[in-house]
Amino acid sequence: MTDSTITSKASVLVERGTYQKLLAFASLVALLIGFSIASPNFMQTSNMIAILQATSVNGVLAVAVTLVIITGGIDLSVGTLMTFCAVIAGVVLTFLGMPLLIGVVAAIIAGALCGLCSGTFVAKMKIPPFIATLGMMLILKGLSLVISGTRPIYFNDTPGFHLISRGSLIGEVIPFLPIPNGVLILFLVAALTAYILNRTVLGRYTFALGSNEEAVRLSGVNTDMWKMRIYALAGGICGIGGILIASRLNSAQPSLGLGYELEAIAAVVIGGTSLSGGRGTILGTLIGALIMAVLTNGLRVLSVAQEWQTVVTGAIIILAVYADMVRRNKSA
Amino acid sequence: MTRLVDMKGIEKKFPGVHALKNVQFDLKSGEVHALMGENGAGKSTLMKILSGIYQRDGGELLIGGQEANPVSPREAQALGIGIIHQELSLMNDLTAAQNIFIGREPRRSFGRLDEAALNARTAEIFASMNLDLDPTAVVGDLTIAKQQMIEIAKALSYRSNVLIMDEPTAALNDAEIAELFVIIRRLRDEGVGITYISHKMDELKQIADRVTVMRDGEYVGTVVAADTPLSQIIAMMVGREVKEVPVVAPDLSDAEVSLEVTNLSRGKDIQDVSFSVRKGEILGFAGLMGAGRTEVARAIFGADPRDGGEIRVHGRLVDIRSPADAVNVGIGYLSEDRKHFGLATGMNVRDNIALADMRSFTGMGGILDDDGMAATARNYIDQLGIRTPSEVQEVRLLSGGNQQKVVIAKWLLRDCDVLIFDEPTRGIDVGAKSEIYKLLEVLADQGKTIVVISSELPEIMRLSHRIAVMCEGRLTGILPGGEETTQEDIMHLATQRAAAMQVTGTH
Ligand SMILES: Nc1ncnc2c1ncn2[C@@H]1O[C@H](COP(=O)(O)OP(=O)(O)OP(=O)(O)O)[C@@H](O)[C@H]1O
Ligand SMILES: [Mg+2]
Repeated sequence: MTDSTITSKASVLVERGTYQKLLAFASLVALLIGFSIASPNFMQTSNMIAILQATSVNGVLAVAVTLVIITGGIDLSVGTLMTFCAVIAGVVLTFLGMPLLIGVVAAIIAGALCGLCSGTFVAKMKIPPFIATLGMMLILKGLSLVISGTRPIYFNDTPGFHLISRGSLIGEVIPFLPIPNGVLILFLVAALTAYILNRTVLGRYTFALGSNEEAVRLSGVNTDMWKMRIYALAGGICGIGGILIASRLNSAQPSLGLGYELEAIAAVVIGGTSLSGGRGTILGTLIGALIMAVLTNGLRVLSVAQEWQTVVTGAIIILAVYADMVRRNKSA
Repeated sequence: MTRLVDMKGIEKKFPGVHALKNVQFDLKSGEVHALMGENGAGKSTLMKILSGIYQRDGGELLIGGQEANPVSPREAQALGIGIIHQELSLMNDLTAAQNIFIGREPRRSFGRLDEAALNARTAEIFASMNLDLDPTAVVGDLTIAKQQMIEIAKALSYRSNVLIMDEPTAALNDAEIAELFVIIRRLRDEGVGITYISHKMDELKQIADRVTVMRDGEYVGTVVAADTPLSQIIAMMVGREVKEVPVVAPDLSDAEVSLEVTNLSRGKDIQDVSFSVRKGEILGFAGLMGAGRTEVARAIFGADPRDGGEIRVHGRLVDIRSPADAVNVGIGYLSEDRKHFGLATGMNVRDNIALADMRSFTGMGGILDDDGMAATARNYIDQLGIRTPSEVQEVRLLSGGNQQKVVIAKWLLRDCDVLIFDEPTRGIDVGAKSEIYKLLEVLADQGKTIVVISSELPEIMRLSHRIAVMCEGRLTGILPGGEETTQEDIMHLATQRAAAMQVTGTH
């Protein structure tokens, strides 16, 4: 009782899962220190920025998946949805020659609509999220290829498109810190989503659904509608991911996307969000995404073979979840 | 008095079960109307129809004199009907305040939540209930009793003029029940109509104005509580007289000590607890909620680690580190929260019972003996009077009390020598209760060792050959069973706090 009074007085943003995040954060710091000692090339500004840049797309997708996972669901379609949105941007900007802003908005709306579809399958048609989003994943992969004619769409006619991700507003103000806009966008998206999760009705129902959906329904809440909204929001965020990757490559690559969903889910899990729903944090997910990027980058700097990097990432996921379980069993 | 609710000729069928047959029920403003009946009589189903969770198949429902047909909980709420469900339906990861106002959270623009108002309003409700609870406490971390109080607070927050309470006191201790009754009386005086479902007969006289009895989905009758003796109500419920014989403790001085616990301790929860039970004995554990009785049982069973202490089974020192170890040395534990730890509710009755002892139903090459499992299941269905259309009914579709009987069946099947029952009759009706009492006595007679944890003093006194009493993690005394021990003796020990402690007569 006294315990919970003290901790619960802390702000909503830190309340539960603080320990998980501390653990994840500590691992991140340990990795950074470890790699710096192992290689002088690691702790360079340019390398740090490369890590952040590499985090941006996976980070945005992971934020989207976090929402769905907290409801007790899963979204396997985030990777191909990202690609689909990039293709839509390509169609609007390159094929139709519309202005930049319209392309961006179109991509985000396309993402939200696709999310709404997944949400409808799950909420209204009661298809398990794993199956519903697996289906969406394939549908979107196919559609991307169909719409683009299986060829990349380049954004050469839209000057400034590549700056969305690769330009650096911060760098213009603080020249020695050229943090790319993509990273800035990731942090904005994360902050906004964290706000929605912790301070709005939508966020409250996200946690409530994952905690005990039947109880929420019996309380008179239209659970189906809220679930659809949550999936739609996640889809919209994937749309932003699509813009980021297209901008970084200055093209929409229709065959890209598969595998991104697993990377995103891995980041979420490393960040301490429970796959059974009801609890999780955006900050944790961000740290999870950073850990994955640091790991990949650090191992590359140490010239570890690509194959081994994958092995290590897998091991880290299992370790992270196991550490979390051990902690939870102790406190229970 | 005006009629808030009028239900006539209500019919409800589920696949294989005719749950309600021509049932009637009415509720006036400013009364507490108790709804009584054995497990599976249809009480919860009737109230779920009133609160929009189920739709009736036939009959008439008037709310406030108007024909009504609520098709969702929300519509029923709009008609002024609030319900506290039998099964706790809370979101464990959310705080108390977030739970109470789910679906109606105070909002600011753009769907932003007004957390401060949320907590303030919750604090107000808690204050009006005289409940000392932090609105920001996470529900999953609270005791079952506290969670139950949150359910009640939630129903109160709707300001409903019809309030349905489905077994609200099942997990509450006497002090908490008293608080709840104060709240109920206040609401009644404000003109709220309250439907009260409970299996605790002694509560009727304290709180109910009228009593409606149901049996097997049928309406039996409605009587005025004050003029009707309990025995008559019980007879209406079970269709026969239930006689309770007082316990006579057998002389077991020659019997072998089958379970001996010495200096068991874990942190603050269990402080240096020592006791022993003999073969054929029923040892009751009394105490207030949170006294540490469940903790002791779990520590013995290996479900929780212990800091220190020794356990001897049949005189042999055993090292129990997990429930599997405990079962191997012949200790069984029937947990307090059966739903969570005791049942696979999506599976059927037969498979749930058989799960306890899969090995004896496994033939050559791991093939399961379905017929054997079914026969065993039917045997227990008869023995315990489990009300189910067949042994292949899914457990989640059984009424609350019948689910609990399935768990008891599991442990009986496992055939342990030492059986620890934690609140074995919570949510079980009077008829079934006395069956279970008899069953425990038969088991003891057959030479099993029985430990019963119960918060209901009458139950402890009815069953126990000896009564161990706990308070705040300490064993404050062991009293003899039978007529020489009074409720006051037990309460005295149950409230004996650390400073005044002195162990009274051990065996
Ligand atoms: N959804 C359902 N599907 C099938 N059968 C059901 C369903 N709900 C209830 N029943 C059956 O209807 C009957 C009445 O159940 P109900 O839960 O109303 O009993 P109850 O009087 O509340 O009992 P208890 O005191 O044990 O809670 C039981 O036989 C039960 O198995
Ligand atoms: Mg019931």
